[in-house]
Amino acid sequence: MEAFARLYAELDATTSTYAKIAALEAHFRVASAGDAAWAAYFLAGGRPRQLVPARVLRDVAVAAAGLPRWLFDECYDAVGDFAETVAHVLPPPTRTSSAGIAEWMVDRVLPLRGLSPDHVGERLRKYFDELDAQGRFLLLKLVGGSFRVGVSRLTVTRALAAVSGVDAKLIAQRLIGYTGIDRRPDAASFQALIASADGNGVVAANPYPFFLAHPLTAPVASLGDPGEWLVEWKWDGVRAQLVRRGAMTCIWSRGEELVTDRFPELARAGAGMTDGTVIDGEIVVMTDSRVAPFAALQTRIGRKLLSPRLLATTPAVLLAYDLLEQNGEDLRDRPQHERRKRLADVVTTVASPALQLSPLVEMPSWNAYAALREESRARGVEGFMLKHRDARYGVGRTKDVGTWWKWKIDPMSVDAVLVYAQRGHGRRASLYSDYTFAVWDAREGERRLTPFAKAYSGLTDAEMRRVDAIVRKTTIEKFGPVRSVTPTQVFELGFEGIQRSPRHKSGIAVRFPRILRWRTDKSIADADSIEALQALLTA
Amino acid sequence: MDLIAVRPEGLYCAPGEFFIDPWRPVDRAVITHAHGDHARSGSARYLAAQPSAHVLRTRLGDVAIETLAYGARLRVRDVTVSLHPAGHVLGSSQVRIEHRGETWVVSGDYKLDDDPTCDAFEPVRCDTFISESTFGLPIYRWHPPGSVIDDVARWWRSNADAGRASVLFCYAFGKAQRVLAGLAAAHALDIGTIVLHGAIEPLNRAYRATGVMLPEGRRVTEVDANALRRALVLAPPSAAASPWLRRFGDLSDGFASGWMQLRGARRRRGVDRGFVLSDHADWAGLNTAIDATGAARVIVTHGQVAIMVRWLTERGLLAQAFETEFDNAGENDVVAADAPDTHGTGAADSAVTPGAGTPPHASGADDA
Repeated sequence: MEAFARLYAELDATTSTYAKIAALEAHFRVASAGDAAWAAYFLAGGRPRQLVPARVLRDVAVAAAGLPRWLFDECYDAVGDFAETVAHVLPPPTRTSSAGIAEWMVDRVLPLRGLSPDHVGERLRKYFDELDAQGRFLLLKLVGGSFRVGVSRLTVTRALAAVSGVDAKLIAQRLIGYTGIDRRPDAASFQALIASADGNGVVAANPYPFFLAHPLTAPVASLGDPGEWLVEWKWDGVRAQLVRRGAMTCIWSRGEELVTDRFPELARAGAGMTDGTVIDGEIVVMTDSRVAPFAALQTRIGRKLLSPRLLATTPAVLLAYDLLEQNGEDLRDRPQHERRKRLADVVTTVASPALQLSPLVEMPSWNAYAALREESRARGVEGFMLKHRDARYGVGRTKDVGTWWKWKIDPMSVDAVLVYAQRGHGRRASLYSDYTFAVWDAREGERRLTPFAKAYSGLTDAEMRRVDAIVRKTTIEKFGPVRSVTPTQVFELGFEGIQRSPRHKSGIAVRFPRILRWRTDKSIADADSIEALQALLTA
Repeated sequence: MDLIAVRPEGLYCAPGEFFIDPWRPVDRAVITHAHGDHARSGSARYLAAQPSAHVLRTRLGDVAIETLAYGARLRVRDVTVSLHPAGHVLGSSQVRIEHRGETWVVSGDYKLDDDPTCDAFEPVRCDTFISESTFGLPIYRWHPPGSVIDDVARWWRSNADAGRASVLFCYAFGKAQRVLAGLAAAHALDIGTIVLHGAIEPLNRAYRATGVMLPEGRRVTEVDANALRRALVLAPPSAAASPWLRRFGDLSDGFASGWMQLRGARRRRGVDRGFVLSDHADWAGLNTAIDATGAARVIVTHGQVAIMVRWLTERGLLAQAFETEFDNAGENDVVAADAPDTHGTGAADSAVTPGAGTPPHASGADDA
């Protein structure tokens, strides 16, 4: 545990990717295969199911700390993280432990599942007494199922590739299955993870690491001849890979979650593909040949049971835009235009309404594209995707083998008033960083501020500190971590979509709200009204 | 009768006709210590502990200061006043006031941990104790200062070996001297040159004039590029992100403050290393100090006021709060570390801090 805690501290203390990879390599070189197996699992995003319910964990921690509940809650409020709070308030340890992370996980942490609260408490107290603050922090993160650290999967992949000499793309693909929720990493699985390739190295049923797009910030004309680019609409759906191998069909979402059972019509379409085929695309709901708003898709993901009625009213379609594997051959190093052509053939052969090509949009000039892009909102899309005709299919956000650009439309926006603020978590702990915004509303007579959205991002750290100071000075009431404030500050709020919502007092719900600008030049009287939002509903 | 009450000018002792650490100019001010939120300019006469005289003059300029040795008694109108070491910084005092058999003590800021640069905190029995509460939460538990200094030395050594400067942000008055004296005591000065930001040297002179031994530091202009790569640079937090730092090239930065106890505060500060070293009492320290006074009544000021009052009340003490204008670190929580430099009002700071255009929120010196 100590070595893993040290690695965690090193990773946590630096923002340099170079330093992180160096720390990871150093760790993987000396750790036993068993310990490395768990380290790789957690660092690559693996997370066992929660072993002990949060409530039980909290009771155990409060009892072990010997504090009144209210005082513990005050501590939590100041720290903003449960595990860190507990790590600080427990009495100092009286013993030490030399057990590695694997021994901790297998012999101590995993067996906690299903124990009675009393037994959990008894064991945890014993474990707490063997660990320093950093070790306790990690133990609680692991037990609570909330371990996170600031390394990307790509960073872990690179470190493992460097240590093993195996191609990073292959490691990335193996990692996808490796971190599944029911996996138990061990020495053998770690050795398999970094073993040199045999055959084509493809792991059955696993998707390829998704290649991710970058936002286009430069003027589009800087991309040169539009004829060199394949342009598609940017769909607002669920990114997914449809994998057909060994007479099995799997649908993986970008979160590397297996969602096959959510989309039976797509699974049927996939069954029509030949073995060794992998398609990348976007799952959307299509009604009357139109892409439905994202909310329609959410019902498909959210429901436990898919009723025949739901399936009929929200038919899913995979809008295919890339072919990653054909006849078992990895096509990712072939140019985009070739993959696209082969994809068109596959889609034609399958001939299923649930599998459609994401159409190419062909215009003579970037100006013409820009004009067409203005129609995005009416078409229910987010703008364009621009893929160079020679681009390879990379891993994650790499740019070394080709780049995909997302050329999105500007978000919708309104000027809104800050009315509630809540303390954040993590690096924003104790800082009032999560805000609720309101617009003017005279629907019930008197003009008042009606809250309609929460936003957490968009301000710089410096701006956030200034807002924090204002929140503290203008507090009206405190409700736990939330404060209502005298309305004084106006912010320009951007969002990607807007829908009617009877569940909200404002009658509307917005998608991906975020702060675009702090309008210090505006007084609250200048903020927008609910009519401005309603007008966007029909836009 | 209450010996001390809050007036618009500050904490007032009516039978003695003086204020303690007033935030507005008054006729007579008793000063617990020379940090900017406790020692403000403009009052006609000041009374402070003897070891405080030099630092107080460095901060306030040429003002009328009467000094009193620790423990010496002075009759002021109807009360007897004495000053007792608070262990916070050089010359810091608790103010003991006795009137017709009743005793009150005002803590100022204090800590119980070792500090080679000032006299150790002295518990003083009293009926009513007015205590600060900056770190009044159980999450604040300090490690022995010696082990923190060892961490600083190890960090400095590994940076020096890698050929990069170590820039440690710390408050210019108190923390900087404590780190310097600590490194000297740990025999860590052979690692490289010590470079001091211009805000720190005047305070060091005042310390030496008071008889506190401190290792010599150099100005950055006196040190060649090679030596800079092995140097430990002490600078106030207001120097972070200032052009002054550019001359060090590749560097590792750290911040020495009690607020560094929390991961969120460390990350927000954006430094490579946080060293948990505070000149205030931690949770255990506050409770130990309060217990040692034997006071039945405790009045809590600046910090985690509401929490401390409830905690002490539940333990059977008569506890209440005073609203003061001392740095309200509790209200701002860890954000106080980012707060405008309310301490560093001395001319020494503003004259040498580069980048007058630095926004106020980027300064953030604290004595925590």
